[in-house]
Amino acid sequence: MTTPLLDIRDLRLVVSLGRSAHHPLLKGVSFQIMPGEAYGLVGESGSGKSVTSLAVMGLLKRPLAVSGGEILFKGQNLLALPKREMRRLRGNRIAMIFQEPMTALNPLSTVGRQIAEMFVLHQGKSWGEAEKLAVEALGNVRVPNPDRRAKNYPHQMSGGLRQRVMIAMALACSPDLLIADEPTTALDVTVQAEVLRLIKELCAARGTAVLFISHDLGVIASICQRVGVMYSGCLVEENETRALFEGPRHEYTRGLLGALPRLGSRSEHGRQRLVDIDSIISDRSKLTESRFIAPRDLEGSQP
Amino acid sequence: MTAPLLQVDDLHVRFPISGGGLLGTGRRALHAVNGISFELAKGECLSIVGESGCGKSTTALSILGLQEPSEGMIRFRGQPLAGPGAPGRMDRAKAVQMVFQDPYASLNPRQSVRTSLAAPLRLHGITAASEIEGRIEAMLKNVGLTPEQAGRYPHEFSGGQRQRIGIARALILEPEIVVLDEPVSALDVSIRAQIINLLLDLQEKLSLSYLMISHDLSVVEHMSDRVLVMYFGEIVEEGGWREIFEAPTHPYTRRLIAAIPDPDAALNSAAKPDLYPTMPQLVGRSFVSDGSTAPDVFTAPARSELIEIGGNHRVRMAVA
Amino acid sequence: MRLGFNFWLGATLTALVILAGILAQWIAPFDPVLDADLMSSELPPDATFWFGTDGQGRDVYTRILYGAQISLTVGIVSQVINSIIGVTLGMTAGYWGGWWDDLVNGLTNVMLAIPSLIFALAVMAVLGPGLPSLLIALGLTNWSWTCRIARSSTLSLKSQGYVQAAQTLGYGDLRIMFTQVLPNMMGPILVMATLGMGSAVLSEAALSFLGLGIQPPFPSWGSMLTDARQLIQLAPWAALFPGLAIFLSVLGFNLLGDGLRDSLDPHMRTRKP
Repeated sequence: MTTPLLDIRDLRLVVSLGRSAHHPLLKGVSFQIMPGEAYGLVGESGSGKSVTSLAVMGLLKRPLAVSGGEILFKGQNLLALPKREMRRLRGNRIAMIFQEPMTALNPLSTVGRQIAEMFVLHQGKSWGEAEKLAVEALGNVRVPNPDRRAKNYPHQMSGGLRQRVMIAMALACSPDLLIADEPTTALDVTVQAEVLRLIKELCAARGTAVLFISHDLGVIASICQRVGVMYSGCLVEENETRALFEGPRHEYTRGLLGALPRLGSRSEHGRQRLVDIDSIISDRSKLTESRFIAPRDLEGSQP
Repeated sequence: MTAPLLQVDDLHVRFPISGGGLLGTGRRALHAVNGISFELAKGECLSIVGESGCGKSTTALSILGLQEPSEGMIRFRGQPLAGPGAPGRMDRAKAVQMVFQDPYASLNPRQSVRTSLAAPLRLHGITAASEIEGRIEAMLKNVGLTPEQAGRYPHEFSGGQRQRIGIARALILEPEIVVLDEPVSALDVSIRAQIINLLLDLQEKLSLSYLMISHDLSVVEHMSDRVLVMYFGEIVEEGGWREIFEAPTHPYTRRLIAAIPDPDAALNSAAKPDLYPTMPQLVGRSFVSDGSTAPDVFTAPARSELIEIGGNHRVRMAVA
Repeated sequence: MRLGFNFWLGATLTALVILAGILAQWIAPFDPVLDADLMSSELPPDATFWFGTDGQGRDVYTRILYGAQISLTVGIVSQVINSIIGVTLGMTAGYWGGWWDDLVNGLTNVMLAIPSLIFALAVMAVLGPGLPSLLIALGLTNWSWTCRIARSSTLSLKSQGYVQAAQTLGYGDLRIMFTQVLPNMMGPILVMATLGMGSAVLSEAALSFLGLGIQPPFPSWGSMLTDARQLIQLAPWAALFPGLAIFLSVLGFNLLGDGLRDSLDPHMRTRKP
């Protein structure tokens, strides 16, 4: 049995509201990601999916704080790691892409230089060599005319191109884990489709595992092998993607899937009323008491 | 023959881009909407789909009177709604109203729900307190809120409830046309279904006509009777929802539908062997971008026409 | 509703100034002008003259109480004028744009380029000294920042959905400005006005100190400072207490301004659901 790449055990997170008051944001979340696997976290706003990713990156800021649990990355507890060690992992072994690439890119530096910096910082390359590698990296994310584009500043690029630059930076050092937090939400659908395909292909080629966070079930389905459904700080259901979509077992997952208009269903079945999630869930406060985590057959889940 | 409820005829909207010369010489214009024509019938839901910059929002703003058209005519029951001879805001308000995308920015944080709903009524000459109160109460019930909630302020409501208030405000003057600008895309997934159901119920109950602006094709397929596909200021395909979704003809429409991240499509990729087919030669427009480069919106497009290809299904073709 | 310590300190200081101004004629032990007695001039603070007496033997405490009336009038009236000018120009410029916006912007820049005290001096020179011309001078000179804030707030509020919604509901431009735009920028405007009250009190003191403001023998904190200047070594209290009054009232207005910004936020007006 292979050891998981990322093993989150009973992670608890609070937001502190003054001296002694705490409000729990994560109430004991556990899941594992195998090397090379794409794992999706899906949930609505406030479900805790984004803070989970920030905790893995070690980017939680006050008033957010971890109050319990472990985050094991290759067997090493990230929560106990000194800041310097964590910084060395970040960008090198664990990389992240965000929803709005404009905020993550330095507006005063060319994109080529920003990608090159990753090679200089983490692989000790010289600037000359790193800049060549940066152009190559831009070509890998299918930016047309990479040598010319490397000299562009972020504001000279469209949203889709900027997200490609972010992906090039994130994958520059062939990390073991890529965390993608709603990376395509701000993009147009056709651009989104291309960016998703890019993430899928490049990560598969490098053996990079993906933790993909989204509110969009369709996006998750098109990229992930396994899915965890989060609600109110808890993982309420986890299963392989196909099994989850075909046979959701938790009532929240059922409600979520029923609430979604599906393409083509009107042609087949006529217009059916969408499921009102509140009509099938009797008591939202009891939702997190039950959970369905499908037992995992490791051989079967590996592609 | 009676005039259609809403008729848009050869609408153009150009935005001047000042650039070049110090004295504003060499002015260029961004052709946001480039000669589009369509009609909206009573009780119909017509959707305009397309990606950012395609001109769908500008079209909606022109109909609402928030954007002056550069050319063309918009008629409501045969009477001009924009341009010369247009009625004032007061008359237009009773014809067309709008539901906004962002329920957080669309309500005045300093006005209670009652104030937001009562002010337009008073403005339009309804002054009896009992009638105002009665209409607010009825409208809140219509959108699934309780009359007791009228005294509250927007920040006391959730996103879904705010969108209900936004719908109530759009309907309080009893308009015949409601423009829905991405009405659910800012909402949580589980809330979307409730708002979509509500909009469909209200459409039937009050026999409303919807003009929906959206990029979410699954929602469009679920709600629309007819669909317009816009690409850089032009309609490239137009038809009933069945024609557009079952037999998309223009390459851009096909591309748009193929790009939808739909769980069923993603899981049954056997049904769609190639999710991203190579683009066939595009008719009418020489530039469908792959998303990496922006098309040149400053030069006039190649001459092309919407050709009828059966039923009410029309698609843009190049003309020699 | 939770308001910070600073707000309460500011509110208390402001309330003290207001009370002093209103109650001056009942609580002041002497008359600010008539009770001049050269025999008891330059007396240090004691049980009779709490803050001592000035060069002409007038009670400094009494004159400070009456001076509060002048300071308050100057602060409030000049800021009301400033806010009306600034908000009207800024809001219409931001809302309508075009040549009107260019014109207002140009005017604002010109106003900002001229030091406001110099401008006030020029106005006073034309109108002559005295309270009414002081009010006009200070009211005409300090609206540029308010105008800029009103303009930029309007620009950002204009794109909010509720302003567009008001347009589609048939509201006229002025109605939209007064019901949708203005209430949502009252916070920063009010803060500007309270902060401006502080600087108006300072400007009044400066102009009176220069002999252009309130004319003797009527008491204003600035003119009291002028009078006390020659005696600074003999009777430091005659300068210290008006100075302290200026300092504390300006501090009060500023703290109050900050506190008001928080309390005007509608999110503080929550009721239990």
